This record gives sequence, structure tokens and C-alpha cells, in this order.
Amino acid sequence: MNFFVYLVAGLIAIAGALGLILAKQPVHQVLATVLNFLGLAVLYLSLSGEFMAVIQMIVYSGAVMILFLFVITLLTARKDPVEKETGARSPQAIAGWAIGGSIALMLATTAIVGRPAAAVAKIDDSFGTVKAFGHELLTVHVLPFELTAFVLMVAVIGVIILVGRQKA
Amino acid sequence: MPAASTELYVALAAILFTLGGIGVLVRRSPLSILMSVEIMWNAANLLFITFARQWGNMDGHVMAFLVITVAAAEVAIGLAIIVLLFRKKEHVDVDDVTELKN
Repeated sequence: MNFFVYLVAGLIAIAGALGLILAKQPVHQVLATVLNFLGLAVLYLSLSGEFMAVIQMIVYSGAVMILFLFVITLLTARKDPVEKETGARSPQAIAGWAIGGSIALMLATTAIVGRPAAAVAKIDDSFGTVKAFGHELLTVHVLPFELTAFVLMVAVIGVIILVGRQKA
Repeated sequence: MPAASTELYVALAAILFTLGGIGVLVRRSPLSILMSVEIMWNAANLLFITFARQWGNMDGHVMAFLVITVAAAEVAIGLAIIVLLFRKKEHVDVDDVTELKN
């Protein structure tokens, strides 16, 4: 847990989240979100979660955000910004920033000033590797693993039912 | 080089989660809101992995993996609904989507 890595990756992740909120074009929002996910992947690496870092980059920065890009190119390529007005100065937006900011301040100070965490556990080299993760997933947590297959199948069927019936 | 302690990761996850929440509150287009929700999922995942490292137990990694799977399914369904909304109108504002009223 290197403090320098934490600082840089954390700032990148926060910058990505801020970019998502502030950007006007949907494509810029997707790029900001990818930045956030890459920062998080580096944070996972600093927490010895190798496999999770790789999954974060392939599934999130790769697959999910490409899906967003496809929808954006499909729907909004010809148009100007999707939102008529972002309403950055509207009372609702100011209230959202105030509430969110105060909650963030509260949670973050509680996390830092609150009860100090116990000593970090000692781990061996295999922690977070594909081998250890696969062993954990396929021996201890087999039922949740099977359930993910079910969830994904339900999602696919749901999407087909929702979008694929315009010619019916 | 000083080590970053667990508290700092928890604080960062809190900040990222509320930034995602602010995105949900402030933005008007359903695409932005869906992406902000993704940020919130990821803040929760960061917590899972932080505490997996804290206790030296890989259950947190498995849980984060399940969260990623559910998030991918949620994105697929959400984007399908957004495509349906955009078929009806040129511009979609979440305040105008009132199909479920009455």
C-alpha cells in the first residue's frame, strides 16, 4: 500500500468522476468514466487485487463503456448535446452539490478521524492472483458463481424482449 | 515511502460514491445518470477490495466480482430502456419520462 500510488490513482479517479458530472458531450463523459475506472484499477493493484484490476479494465473500461459508446453513437451522433440545458446553475443542481458535498465531507472525515483500523493482515504472494481467486470462487462460492450465470441470462433475455420486438 | 492505510481508501470510496450520487442528482440525461450509477457501484467495489486486503481474506474479491457481473447486467437492461426512450423523442430529460404515471 504505497501512499504515492494511492494519491495519484485516487486523484485520477476523482478527476474522472468530476469530469463525468461536468462534461457536456456524452462522449467526453464516457472518456471521463474510463479515466475513473483506470484509476480504480490501479488502486486495486495497490491493494494486491491483481485479478480484480484486470477484470476492472477488461469488463468495465472495455466492455461496459464500449456498450455506452455504441448507444451514444447510435442515438446522438447527429445532434448537439443530448441535454437541452445541463442546468448547472439551477437550484436543483446547487442543492445536489450541497447535499452531496456535505455527505462526502461527513463520510470522509468519519472514515479518517473515526476508530483507527486494526493492523493490516499479513498476506502471502498468492493473494489476489488468478489462481487464488479461481480456487475461492469455484470451491467456497460455487452457488453465487452459478447465480451470476443465471443473472446474465436473465439480462440477455430481458434486453431481447425490450428492444427486439419493434417489428412484431 | 509511507504506506496508505485502510482509512484513506475508505475515505476515497466515500468521496467517489457521493460524486456518483451528485451526478445522479445534477445531470438530466439518462445516459449520464447510468454512468454516475456505475461510479457508485465502483466505489462500493473499492470498499470490498480494501477490506479484503485489510483482513487478508479473498471473500471480498468474490463479492466484487459478483457486483461487476450484476452491474454489467444492469447496464445492458438500462441501455435497452434508454434506446426505447430515445426512439420516442429526440431529447430525453429524465423529468419528462412519465410513462408510468396513471
